[in-house]
Formats: sequence, C-alpha cells, structure tokens
Amino acid sequence: MTLGIVVASHVDHIAEGVHRLLKESAPDVSITYAGGTDDGEVGSSYALIEAAIEQNDSDTLYCFYDLGSAKMTLEMVSEMTDKDVTIIDAAFIEGAYTACALIQGGYKQAEIDDQLEPLKVK
Amino acid sequence: MELTHEQAKRWLLNFHQKVTDNKAYLSELDQAIGDGDHGSNMARGTEAVKDKLGSVTEDSLEAVLKQAAMALISKVGGASGPLYGSAFMAMAKTAKETSELSTLIEAGLDGIKHRGKADVGDKTMIDMWQPVTSALHEDDLTEVTIDQALEDVKPLKAKKGRASYVGERSMGALDPGAVSSGYLFTALIEEVLA
Repeated sequence: MTLGIVVASHVDHIAEGVHRLLKESAPDVSITYAGGTDDGEVGSSYALIEAAIEQNDSDTLYCFYDLGSAKMTLEMVSEMTDKDVTIIDAAFIEGAYTACALIQGGYKQAEIDDQLEPLKVK
Repeated sequence: MELTHEQAKRWLLNFHQKVTDNKAYLSELDQAIGDGDHGSNMARGTEAVKDKLGSVTEDSLEAVLKQAAMALISKVGGASGPLYGSAFMAMAKTAKETSELSTLIEAGLDGIKHRGKADVGDKTMIDMWQPVTSALHEDDLTEVTIDQALEDVKPLKAKKGRASYVGERSMGALDPGAVSSGYLFTALIEEVLA
C-alpha cells in the first residue's frame, strides 16, 4: 500500500502550514496532521496525534515531528495502533517534503528511505 | 510492602496538591534551563488525574494507575506527559501481577527510561526515580533520600531534553522533572509509608 504521511508539531498553525506546503507538491498523498494540545496551546496531544494516525487513508505511515515531546507522543500512539508507523528523525519540513514529493512521484519505499537518510538530524 | 488502591488514590491526590501549590516554582526552575512550562503543564495534568480518579469505581489498583496514566498522557502537553504517563502505564501493567510497592516503582522507572531513552546521570527525573527505587528495595525511603537526590542532580550537566540545549549552563541548576518527581515521592511517603 502507498505510504501516508503524518505531521506532528507543537503548534497548530505550524502543523497546518506544513500540511499546506506538502499538499502543494503531493496532492494525491494522504497527509494528516496534529498540532498543539487539546486546548490549542503549545504542546503535544495524544488524542490529536492518534486521530491524525487513524484518519490517514494509509495503513503504512511515515511520521515527522518538530520537537521531542511530539516524538514521544507519536511513539506512545504507535505502540497502541494497528497501523505500521515509522517515526522519522529527519529535519521536520525538509524530511516531510522530500518524502511527500517522492511518494507522489511513485518512488519505492527503499528509495525514499535512501533520500531521507542524509536529512536525519535528530 | 503492598500498595492498595485507596493508598494509590490518596497518593495521587496529595501529588496533585503539591504540584498545584508549587506550580510557579516548577515553572521558574524550568525557565532557567527549559521552556518554562513544567509547573503549568503538571498542574493541568494532575488536575486531570484528580478528575479521572473520581470516575474509578472499581476497587482496583490497576484501574487507578491506568486512569492516572491516561490523564497525564492526554493533558500534560509537554514531554513530562509521555514520561509520567509511561511510568504510570508501566505500573498499571505490573499491578496485574503484583501490588508490591518497590516492584511497581521500578516498573515506572523502566517505563521512563524506555520512553525518554535516558539513564542515570543525564539530569532528568530518572535521577530522582532511581535512588528512590533503590531506597524502596532497601525498605528505607525517607525525605533524606529525596533531599539527597536533589543535591546530587544539581551539579550534573543535562544530556536529554530541552535542558541539554543549554549544556554547561544547566550545571548547578535543579532539574524541574526531578523536583516534581520529588513531590510525587514525598506524597508517597506521607500517604503510604508514614
């Protein structure tokens, strides 16, 4: 199945903005996002990240995040979901953009992994 | 010693009170080496724990710990949410097998290490949980253990989390997660061990 992309940020507008950017280059890729806490504050929300993962059309997901607690929350959700979730420690925007462009272009997962490797910064 | 579900509830309510009373102090500590939201995040999280505990009707230690975990995971918002949440989730799982206190706290410690990929000496909450776990195994957890752990955490250089960005500057400062964990264990002493 085609890869889907999940974007998790500490801020709702960042997640929304990154999603908008990604959609430009990858209109056919399933991209879902979560930003901020349940109350719209700065932080991470288990419920919002869980929803982004569950609502993505794909069952195989590459997840990109901005800072540590978004990663830890992604990890907790990934342990609970039945989906195949991979958390990518790449530069947030560059990594997500690269993955989306390559999925849109029909590249295979192994080729995408190769391109993401040099973007890993965390 | 065994932990009962009533003791666990009193322990968590006491923790909520201590965090709420010291909310400004925890944020002040976090301001120095992190992003300054530990007090408000933990106050929000433990308030949610308090609310959730009201809905636990069954006499089950596992249920109490699990509801606390879910509240912390859902409501804290910062890194301490997944960390405290993983600790209580690990304790809840362990409570299916045993209610022995030192075994439960050790499971919590392992949960934090797993989630944060940190260890002793990284200047994190682990530097409180580890000595407390050791003291519980020796049947010797007192305020002295907690005070000593806080003294020991001060000179460390942060290697994990936001505080690691300021590197050397973290030396001499208290770690807010170690301090809030200290409140957790002072609450444990007051409600369970005293």
